[in-house]
Amino acid sequence: MTALAFVNVRLIDPETRLDAIGGLIVKDGKIIAIGAGLRGGDVPAGVKVIDGRGAVLAPGLIDSRVFVGEPGAEHKETLASASQSAVAGGVTTIITMPNTKPVIDGVSLVEYMARRRSDDILVNLAPMAAATKKLEGREMTEIGLLTMAGAVAFTDGRAAVADASVLLKILKYGRMFDILVVEHAEEPSLSKGVMNAGELATRLGLPASSSLAEVILIERDIRLVEATGGRLHFAQVTCAKSLDVIRAAKARGLPITCGATPPHFALNELAVSDYRTFAKISPPLRAEDDRRAVVDGLRDGTIDVIASGHDPQDQEGKRLPFAQAAFGAAGLETLLPVSLDLYHNGDLPLMAVIDRLTRKPADLFKLPGGRLAIGAPADLVLFDPDVAVKIDADKFRGKSKNTPFDERPAQGKVLMTVVGGKVVFRQ
Amino acid sequence: MISATIDAHEQNSPLPYPRVVFINLALMTRTDQTPPASAASAAFAAGAPIFPHKHLLGIEGLNPLEIQGLLDLADSYVEQNRQTNKKKSILKGMTLINLFFENSTRTRTSFELAAKRLGADVINMQADSSSLKKGETLLDTAITLNAMHPDLLVVRHSESGAVKLLSQKVSGAVINAGDGQHEHPTQALLDAVTIRRRKGRLSGLLVAICGDILHSRVARSNIYLLSAMGATVRVVAPPTLLPSAVEQLGVEVFYDMRKGLVDCDIVMMLRLQQERMESSYLPSIREFFNLYGLDHDKLSVAKPDALIMHPGPMNRGVEIDSNVADDIHRSAIQEQVEMGVAVRMACLDALTRDLRNGGAQ
Repeated sequence: MTALAFVNVRLIDPETRLDAIGGLIVKDGKIIAIGAGLRGGDVPAGVKVIDGRGAVLAPGLIDSRVFVGEPGAEHKETLASASQSAVAGGVTTIITMPNTKPVIDGVSLVEYMARRRSDDILVNLAPMAAATKKLEGREMTEIGLLTMAGAVAFTDGRAAVADASVLLKILKYGRMFDILVVEHAEEPSLSKGVMNAGELATRLGLPASSSLAEVILIERDIRLVEATGGRLHFAQVTCAKSLDVIRAAKARGLPITCGATPPHFALNELAVSDYRTFAKISPPLRAEDDRRAVVDGLRDGTIDVIASGHDPQDQEGKRLPFAQAAFGAAGLETLLPVSLDLYHNGDLPLMAVIDRLTRKPADLFKLPGGRLAIGAPADLVLFDPDVAVKIDADKFRGKSKNTPFDERPAQGKVLMTVVGGKVVFRQ
Repeated sequence: MISATIDAHEQNSPLPYPRVVFINLALMTRTDQTPPASAASAAFAAGAPIFPHKHLLGIEGLNPLEIQGLLDLADSYVEQNRQTNKKKSILKGMTLINLFFENSTRTRTSFELAAKRLGADVINMQADSSSLKKGETLLDTAITLNAMHPDLLVVRHSESGAVKLLSQKVSGAVINAGDGQHEHPTQALLDAVTIRRRKGRLSGLLVAICGDILHSRVARSNIYLLSAMGATVRVVAPPTLLPSAVEQLGVEVFYDMRKGLVDCDIVMMLRLQQERMESSYLPSIREFFNLYGLDHDKLSVAKPDALIMHPGPMNRGVEIDSNVADDIHRSAIQEQVEMGVAVRMACLDALTRDLRNGGAQ
């Protein structure tokens, strides 16, 4: 495999807190040299040199919440189209959700996802497996065998494990394998609405669910974690009260982590005004106070990771009356620019934004990558954090282009994405 | 009252029509105190534009002058409907499609009659007999119907926002005849005409809307309209039948009907929509009737001349006692039906004025 050298780049590594102009060399899919002072003249002859012109070179993003249509809903998204979308967004690893047809709940299915390699799949795939068979919430899956087959975590995807006794057993049993359980934090009986409860829902006349559904489930799960010692991650936290509860649980030393998705820290419920179904997501967009609380949670580290929550829907699923329309939005290509708002708005340092998109998810899901270190996988993103862009859904590379961020002005553009030492995307 | 109304108008409408403002101001001083009569119809007889919106999708967002214009126009049609010759030909040559995805004989008939009295051709489409049953989407239906060039589409749908969605795909004017739990603007307008004719005004009245507020589009449209016109609105319901943050709509909330009805000028009852309740909102109908069913006893705390209204169809013995419903001195329920036709004629007239004037905006 050929070697590649980046020079004149702003190296940002969340692990060593390195933030300096320098260079980096990759060979055979690994990083082999990093240097703050590394310049073009230091690169061995025959190595292809890329002049970054001061752009940021960071570990490739690891997106821990990606719904893929394959297998079973290829009309919405395939692994190939999702990977195109990912690399265009600077994402080098996608952690896939088990909500496919069939559900990823058996050894051969996990192996299919984990070992799936072909020329048109440009990113690293790290599959989550279902926590319960067929995602039905009743019987746990073969946690041990699935872990050995390559499942990086266990989740029931779009739903929480509703039955507390089932989750209790999963957490207990899973401790043998140190598994991570990922929960969609909404108590099902309280989350039958289609948007956030409040004045807007009342004016729109739409059935609504309040954040109570989330807080109750999180409180319950924390008790189950306390009782078992199992590791548990709340995929998306969306409101102030949840963050208070998680903050307190972390202070007690419990193995609890949580994530946030860009819609929940960049938008509030007003995005669904006029029945805009592209902003219909689950959990729903919340009130402005809750959005601010999510930003605060990212700032103080209560929220560990940022994920896209990529869940593309086809036109037919969205061009319906609001209550009938599908939940979900594409997110891979907006993950970085919208997350960079946190930096441009002065809420988080650039280093912290990158940390929550790279090293933190790598550590949580025990994946290689997420750092600029000698011997680490050459999964990299080169981006200009400052250039002004306008998000244009029509230009998305994924198959389904619904996003609540269409036409939103942002700052930050991916210039190049490298996976395993190979340039897979170039602006 | 007048200055407050003008302020609200300026806030709500970024592009006020100066001419409309002038005409309505002249009317307001008069109609606010007395039931408008021939003067109102004379003012609008010229067919001047009075409603600066293409569709009528809801009351929310309309300013008091626009509402007033529709109410005054409706009043002029009340007189016409009481004559032997009820027919005018101002909509001659125009086509109205009644597109009802949810059954409603009452509202559909009212629109049909209104359109026919103005000379339009009417087609009734019922969801159970259309291709919707065969899986056609709402937007496909809209596009198909649009190819038939209807000038007016009257749409009822069980989903909130469905009528607005459909309006984006058609070239004719769309009237929302009720969408889910969102709005039912012509019901609120006909309620307002009824009240105004009985009480001479809307401003300053105390109105209690009682019962299943949560599931009611009628309640929402009435709250917007009555508040905009200067009435004070109370909602009276158990907490489980109130939508979240309902007080943000500018209403006073009462759980106890005997307190909520004190000194009210208008008692507006709502139908308990059991068909929309997928879980238990109430322990029993018997308990609901005991606490929230309108009877003479509960009514005794309201003003002696308080008017009783109901959008129909009534559940006697659920939200209203038969004795009260049939009390001809207190109940305006029959009048509401009569005003319904006049209000719908006014809406059809107002929405087609641009078209009849040669399509000028």
